[in-house]
Amino acid sequence: MEAASTPANHPLLQGPPNLKRRRRVNRALEVVAWVSAVVAVAALFIVVASVFVKGVGALNLDFLTQGQVAFGPGGGIGNALVGTGIIVLLAAAMAIPIGVLVALYTSEFAKSRSASAIRYVLDILNGVPTIITGLFVVVLIVKPQGHQSGFAGAVGLAIVMLPLVARSTQEVLALVPSSVKEAGLALGVSRWRTIVSVIVPTAFGGILTASLVAVARAAGETAPLLLACSIFPTTTVTDPSQAMANIPIVIFQYSESPDPSKHTQAWAAALILILFVLLLSSIARVFSARVKKRLEGTR
Amino acid sequence: MEGTAASVGMTGVAPPGSGALGRRQRGRLDRIGDRSLYVITLAAALLSAVVLGGIGYEVVHGASASISHFGLGFITTNNWDPVPPHEVYGAASFIYGTAVSSFGALLIATPLSIAIALFLTELAPRRARTPIGTLVELLAAIPSVVLGLWGILVLGPFLRDHVEPGLHSVLGWIPLFGGDQSPVGLLPAMLILTIMTVPIVSSLTREIFLTVPKESKEGALALGATRWEMIKTTVLPYSRPGIVAAVILGLGRAIGEAIAVTQVIGGALGIHANLFVPADTLASRIASNATGAPTALNLASVFYLGVILLALSVIFNAVARLIIRRMTLKGS
Repeated sequence: MEAASTPANHPLLQGPPNLKRRRRVNRALEVVAWVSAVVAVAALFIVVASVFVKGVGALNLDFLTQGQVAFGPGGGIGNALVGTGIIVLLAAAMAIPIGVLVALYTSEFAKSRSASAIRYVLDILNGVPTIITGLFVVVLIVKPQGHQSGFAGAVGLAIVMLPLVARSTQEVLALVPSSVKEAGLALGVSRWRTIVSVIVPTAFGGILTASLVAVARAAGETAPLLLACSIFPTTTVTDPSQAMANIPIVIFQYSESPDPSKHTQAWAAALILILFVLLLSSIARVFSARVKKRLEGTR
Repeated sequence: MEGTAASVGMTGVAPPGSGALGRRQRGRLDRIGDRSLYVITLAAALLSAVVLGGIGYEVVHGASASISHFGLGFITTNNWDPVPPHEVYGAASFIYGTAVSSFGALLIATPLSIAIALFLTELAPRRARTPIGTLVELLAAIPSVVLGLWGILVLGPFLRDHVEPGLHSVLGWIPLFGGDQSPVGLLPAMLILTIMTVPIVSSLTREIFLTVPKESKEGALALGATRWEMIKTTVLPYSRPGIVAAVILGLGRAIGEAIAVTQVIGGALGIHANLFVPADTLASRIASNATGAPTALNLASVFYLGVILLALSVIFNAVARLIIRRMTLKGS
């Protein structure tokens, strides 16, 4: 490659005698790096492919609409789809507005010291193991209420989502050009109106992306639900004050079942979950690239 | 509070200069608007701090009965016997399982992640970088319960039938690879945690590599260094603290993973050098024991495990974030 345009006897190429060895080491590194990247991509491919191959056979309309059956084959995950939908929507309704407000505080109001303190708190909160969040919800809601509930699960998921939404919204708000803000303020528009009618709309795409990522994460999050909403009926429950079936816990319970027909159903439920999550993440990714480009373009 | 903001918002939307509101009135509304938006956002920010504080408080509070009953001896006691009257609880075997599975995972994930990050920043053809980087990061999007399902039904049996016998026959003299083979245990847990941490560590490492000044890289290349020599002399030394931070964050993620580990580790007590036999971790014992704890002391001991786990992950995250913060300050 290097010698393509220069003759082999070029003086610069008559290097020290160990040049060959140095090249070989370099080549080895390149091979190692290639292999590592291939291994990681292969892991993704293998997991997704096994979920697909093992799950696609059990997938049909009945499976998606019927409720669970306690033992043996038959039945579906309709009740869990409804439950997960409700729990995740509730969690999003709590976490997204609060997360955006936190981000507005740090980027528009706070002094740099308190802003960085809040960012630090969010990072630590993001690092709290989700099973610990589950313990917190048990004390906060499940024990006082006396039983598990969809709402308790939603609070657990909201705590997981909050730092994700807040941190990525902060990043987008930082991209909003200061010329836009200054233009608003220079026109004599008050601060809150600049925020509501200029800054938030400009950053809206980014906030949406952050929300999508957080929803994708919450949809598959299992640990808080295990403690907050894992003992549920096989019927469809729409009242979040009661325990309601949900996809992650169904996969978890079926995966530990000795019954092979439950394994097949677990794969099918996992396929639905993984398609949803990967789709959401991919949309968010494409979208966020576009938002960033646009915001950076207006600078 | 939110009510006032909303109603103020409603009246404030009138187009400027419509004359509907007097100048003074608008000035007052704007002041109220500024003030309320400030208070609401401040409240939200404080709420996130309260949640973090509340988690810490409630977990310690829930553990208090066990803390006063067992004291610090809990950490070194290797037992978990919920049968009254002689209830005894201790965390030693879970701490061991957590340490071995997480360190093992990072031992594999760290070199792999650094190689991937180097590949994505220095070695891959430019057009392949974004798609491959995206695929690696999508690995992080796979829900842990799905990875656990794959781990228990595909990876575990595969390891038992094809990998563990081979490792045992070649390296069986090392206690790690001795004796019994089982589809569940530390080895599958370690590999699942590797899959979960590689995308995190590699994407952080990649971001750090991207901050290495171009001048030093080009300087090394201009002096005749091969690409590996350039990486060894400029990229790696410059990024070392960041790589350490990324690995610590990966460790924090690995010790906290409850679901996938519960599925593949087998949930057994005991401290064994053998990687093939069932074991248990802090997070996974909390997951399997928190609902349906038979006694109050049992539940308090589960919370005690939570205290240990929370302390470890807060320390890991706090240290890693401090390192990253100092690096970005230096870079800017």
